Amino acid sequence: MSSTFLITIVSLSILALVSSVILYFVAQKFKVFEDPRIDEIQAVLPSANCGGCGFAGCRNFAEALVSAETLEGLICPVGGNMVMSQAAGILGKVAPVVDPQVAVLLCNGAPEYRPRTSTYDGASDCRIVNNLYIGETDCSYGCMGYGDCVRSCTFHAIFIDDNTRLPIIIDEKCTSCGACVKACPRHLIELRKRAKKEKKIYVACSNCDKGGPARRACKVACTGCSKCLNVCEFDAIVIENNLAYIDARKCTFCRKCVTECPTDAIWKSIFLRENLKKNYVMKP
Amino acid sequence: MLKTFPRGGIHPSENKLTAHEGIKLLAVPESIVIPVSQHLGAPAEIAVNKGDYVKTGQLIAKANGRISSNIHSSVSGMVSKIDHITDISGCRQTAVFITVKGDEWLETIDRSDLIIRDIKLSSAEIRNRCFDSGVVGMGGAAFPSHVKLTVPEGKKCDVLLINGVECEPYLTSDHRLMVERGEQVLTGVSILMKALDTNKAMIGIENNKADAIAILERLSQSFKGITVHPLKVKYPQGAEKQLIKALINREVPSGHLPIDVGTVVQNVATAYAVYEAVQKNKPLFERVVTITGKSVAKPGNYMVRIGTPTSKLIEAAGGIPEDTGKIVNGGPMMGKALNNFDAPIMKGTSGIILIPGTEAGRLPVKACIRCAKCVTACGNSLEPFLLMTLSEKGLFDRLGNERINDCMECGSCSFVCPACRPVLDYIRLGKAEVKRMQNERASK
Repeated sequence: MSSTFLITIVSLSILALVSSVILYFVAQKFKVFEDPRIDEIQAVLPSANCGGCGFAGCRNFAEALVSAETLEGLICPVGGNMVMSQAAGILGKVAPVVDPQVAVLLCNGAPEYRPRTSTYDGASDCRIVNNLYIGETDCSYGCMGYGDCVRSCTFHAIFIDDNTRLPIIIDEKCTSCGACVKACPRHLIELRKRAKKEKKIYVACSNCDKGGPARRACKVACTGCSKCLNVCEFDAIVIENNLAYIDARKCTFCRKCVTECPTDAIWKSIFLRENLKKNYVMKP
Repeated sequence: MLKTFPRGGIHPSENKLTAHEGIKLLAVPESIVIPVSQHLGAPAEIAVNKGDYVKTGQLIAKANGRISSNIHSSVSGMVSKIDHITDISGCRQTAVFITVKGDEWLETIDRSDLIIRDIKLSSAEIRNRCFDSGVVGMGGAAFPSHVKLTVPEGKKCDVLLINGVECEPYLTSDHRLMVERGEQVLTGVSILMKALDTNKAMIGIENNKADAIAILERLSQSFKGITVHPLKVKYPQGAEKQLIKALINREVPSGHLPIDVGTVVQNVATAYAVYEAVQKNKPLFERVVTITGKSVAKPGNYMVRIGTPTSKLIEAAGGIPEDTGKIVNGGPMMGKALNNFDAPIMKGTSGIILIPGTEAGRLPVKACIRCAKCVTACGNSLEPFLLMTLSEKGLFDRLGNERINDCMECGSCSFVCPACRPVLDYIRLGKAEVKRMQNERASK
């Protein structure tokens, strides 16, 4: 009985020894060198795997950072400057400083401003509606409200407001990864420079029609009337295709354009006390 | 045993309410709007200016490119403006607005009722005449006919198939055309045969149109090479590939055209338009449109000038019934709901259907129960549930391998789905995305 044990133990030990020697040499032969910095950088990155940097995931981005000669153009929008400077520190390089950004919706067409002229009861998907027809309203540029952006957001920073049927972006949760920008078939979401205290002034409209048709479709549409352009002292506003655009880098939040706008198309937020109170409620 | 296509197909209730309503002329409205993009392919180029006086049948927009079509004025009057209109889906389109004054036709158009049967023109001349007259496929897709009639080098069309199937429920415009203008249709078929240089033509008609079959069978005895074939009633028999399979039992391979298997399919309404263009020198500026619906006061078939607002046609049928939930342009299976009542009747408009609210809405979407009814129903042997899921998840790369481009969007899968899933909606999305991706790759 005891000899059976002995033979088993000895034979298995010899087998283990031989295979370990073989495995050691095989591992030496096929060894793949991996830069240890990749692991270090990956530990610094947010591990959200959102794809906002343009790579398949955080690991992929870390590999790209290590192999890159300069860090120009390589930005983790979620981690921002802090994470990028840490990563650059590991690599001994200098990270470019970029403005933090936040996503904003360039449409304010709540049902009271933009009447529904037809009813859609098909699949609840913005891309399908956009391919099929103009949408439930007469504005062919505006938000359809079927929530492709909500589904695309991995940070739960977007939800559809029940009253306005428009998506609302929660500034604190938005990481400016840009997934919603790609998801919106009507290109209604823009990444803008994030200002102090989340202050925002932007034209919440994308309607490129002339004044008449734009106003008929939506009461708060930008008609391209140029009033804001004339009142702006900082050269921050441009008008193209009957649509005003406020450059976030030049805007000083003087709010002159907001009072001047005849259609309330320019959206301001986090300025007045009541706005702060009514958290995430659209401009009246 | 009647012929039909072997795989797939469904049997929606026919509802051919207007099958015995004769074709009536719709009065010319006071003003008319003619869009420049009524066909597949590039929009036509406008050839008139504001303030010009145009006669009925005069060219107002020239074909722009190889796959494009001429567009003619359907009324006489003054061009009041050239502006954008909103079409049936609410999108913007360029159109010519004409204020009607009298009804003065071009002198070259033969307006007599006399039926001319002998064909004087050669094959190339017929094609040119079709091109000049702006003839397009009248079945719905509005593909320019002269392109279809040009047989590529090295290929031969040995049999011409004529689609008199009209498998869509409700629609009867082709049916009435066959019953009332049978001789003209058959002459049109002989013209098409000559253009394609073939001596055999087969007309497929579904068995629910007994009067049309009887009339065409009787008339076709005096036409050489034309035979009439009754077919079993099954949707989507009017689709090109299904009709070819049903009539001559040939399979068009994926990604190929009917001419690759030696045939060309044309609609009966197209044959009629070809007859008018070639024998009467009359451009395509009017067509038969069915206006129908279960609650419509006076459903009927009307000869309508292209560009007439849809609302005028609805007025002629007794106005919009109170219970209307949806107005569909085209057949109930493949048609599109109307977003704008004033959208003009176009060359491809075969019917306007006013569907009661109780039947128009969709039922709540439930989870897929894997019953595979959509697979059984698909006439092109696709797997609609798979295509839908892939499209929903955004896996467009795989969709191309699953032959999504073979889908003709007949809607059979959505029709049979017991879970009321929007199968076709997602397949359409997938098709559009796959096409976009392929175009991008091709341009690189």
